Amino acid sequence: MKQLILKVWENDRIAESVYRMVLEGPELEEQKPGQFVNIRLDGQFLRRPISVCESEAGMLTIIYKVIGRGTEALSRRRRRDTLDVLTGLGNGYDLSKAGDRPLLLGGGVGVPPLVMLARKLREQGKDVTAVLGFNTKEEVFGETAFRMMDCKAIVTTVDGSYGMKGFVTDALPEDYSYFYTCGPEPMLKAVYRKTLTSGQFSFEERMGCGFGACMGCSCRTITGYKRICREGPVLEKEEILWTD
Amino acid sequence: MDRLKTSLCGIELDNPVIPASGTFGFGYEFAQWYDINCLGTFSFKGTTKEERFGNPTPRIAECAAGMINSVGLQNPGVERVIAEELPKLKQVFRKNVMANVSGFSVEDYAYTCEKLDREEQVGWLEVNISCPNVHGGGMSFGTDPKAAAEVTAAVKRVTTKPVIMKLSPNVTDITEIAKACEGAGADGVSLINTLQGMRISLRTRKPVLANVMGGVSGPAVFPVALRMVWQVCRAVKIPVVGMGGITTAEDVLEMMMAGACAVEVGAANLTDPCACKTIIDGLPAAMDKYGIRNLEELRI
Repeated sequence: MKQLILKVWENDRIAESVYRMVLEGPELEEQKPGQFVNIRLDGQFLRRPISVCESEAGMLTIIYKVIGRGTEALSRRRRRDTLDVLTGLGNGYDLSKAGDRPLLLGGGVGVPPLVMLARKLREQGKDVTAVLGFNTKEEVFGETAFRMMDCKAIVTTVDGSYGMKGFVTDALPEDYSYFYTCGPEPMLKAVYRKTLTSGQFSFEERMGCGFGACMGCSCRTITGYKRICREGPVLEKEEILWTD
Repeated sequence: MDRLKTSLCGIELDNPVIPASGTFGFGYEFAQWYDINCLGTFSFKGTTKEERFGNPTPRIAECAAGMINSVGLQNPGVERVIAEELPKLKQVFRKNVMANVSGFSVEDYAYTCEKLDREEQVGWLEVNISCPNVHGGGMSFGTDPKAAAEVTAAVKRVTTKPVIMKLSPNVTDITEIAKACEGAGADGVSLINTLQGMRISLRTRKPVLANVMGGVSGPAVFPVALRMVWQVCRAVKIPVVGMGGITTAEDVLEMMMAGACAVEVGAANLTDPCACKTIIDGLPAAMDKYGIRNLEELRI
């Protein structure tokens, strides 16, 4: 965990209400796939936690959707603006369990953390399939990133305006060794029900601090109470307790 | 840096800055951001007799210049706090720590305080009779002078260390509660806990917090806190710890000018993990700017 002042390198709209921001700073270390950063914004009291999409030493990319005032303010940051960012937060995905043919399941802005994960898995020579779900064509992003890494990429849209019509869980391949997923909770619940192997889920929760101090994002698991920001955001399928 | 020294119920503090309970865990989360031995002390996470998970999520909402929480006293219970948390705390913090205690009955408070009173590193007991986020306890003791006095007396009977009663602003007249605590033997009072509030999501048309209501903190509440500290300082003779929305060194000075002998900093720790260190480091320059030689001269 490090508190850094990072410089905005680019901040572009890439799909409906979705932006990609590249941040740079000499002290920035490579983040783990599935980790997140917590960004301070003028006029907002709480920071905004955003998952890391890509990262290397000195640079990181986030992809975020404009939902409220915080992300709206973020979308107005321009090249060379600076941001106060807490980096290296959360546990991240555990790559050691992937097996030979890992499956990545992303929904909407749950897709970004799977990009770096896919790259790391490809570097280990894994045969990666990614299923990316969106509501409609205008919201689709990320397909090319997975294709360029020689992953098999399947896109689904709820309205059928692009790719396969339906949900991510309607496009599950028959054969995979393990899965990693991130997306809205209804999707995660469907993934939980319909997947045949073990896997890892990345969760979203409203946070106070993002580094384990306030107990704002606690959840119950089979193995006890966990903080989404600290022991999460990634939980294993076997430890999840759905609240309803 | 003698000019920052102050004392709280007879124990000297290197400076008046104390991270508030519930925003600082048991210290070790923050020791990863800075050496927390620069603090005056800190008040650790509110501890109850039994383990508590707290309220359902979402537990956090934002508001203009602040936040609302409905965490609901999540903690592992006093036995595990003593067995697991305090040894970890000791590894990162050398000074006396403030033990924050909550309960659901007078007996609960006394039980938990008695246990923590025996812990060597505990310098003060801060008794939270003001948590707005739990039912049938917490704030219900802090909104009635008789109940507040009863908790104070019960805790005083079983403890040897200074007892500081943490007061709720969600009352008609906070000085009545403060005076009741003083009359029952409290060694000090701290105030204010959070103000009850809520938010509704325009998108879902439902309350943002699963618990519907929560406690408002952050800079938004500072003027309210300052006013109450001012009133209480003029109503009681025991030391007053001021808190509520402090984010800068200037806020600390203002709170001490109202009569507080030390201050607690809460929500600021969550938005900036190094907030308390920054405030402490900024105190000498802020004092120079306003011609304050040492903090003792601010005491009324």
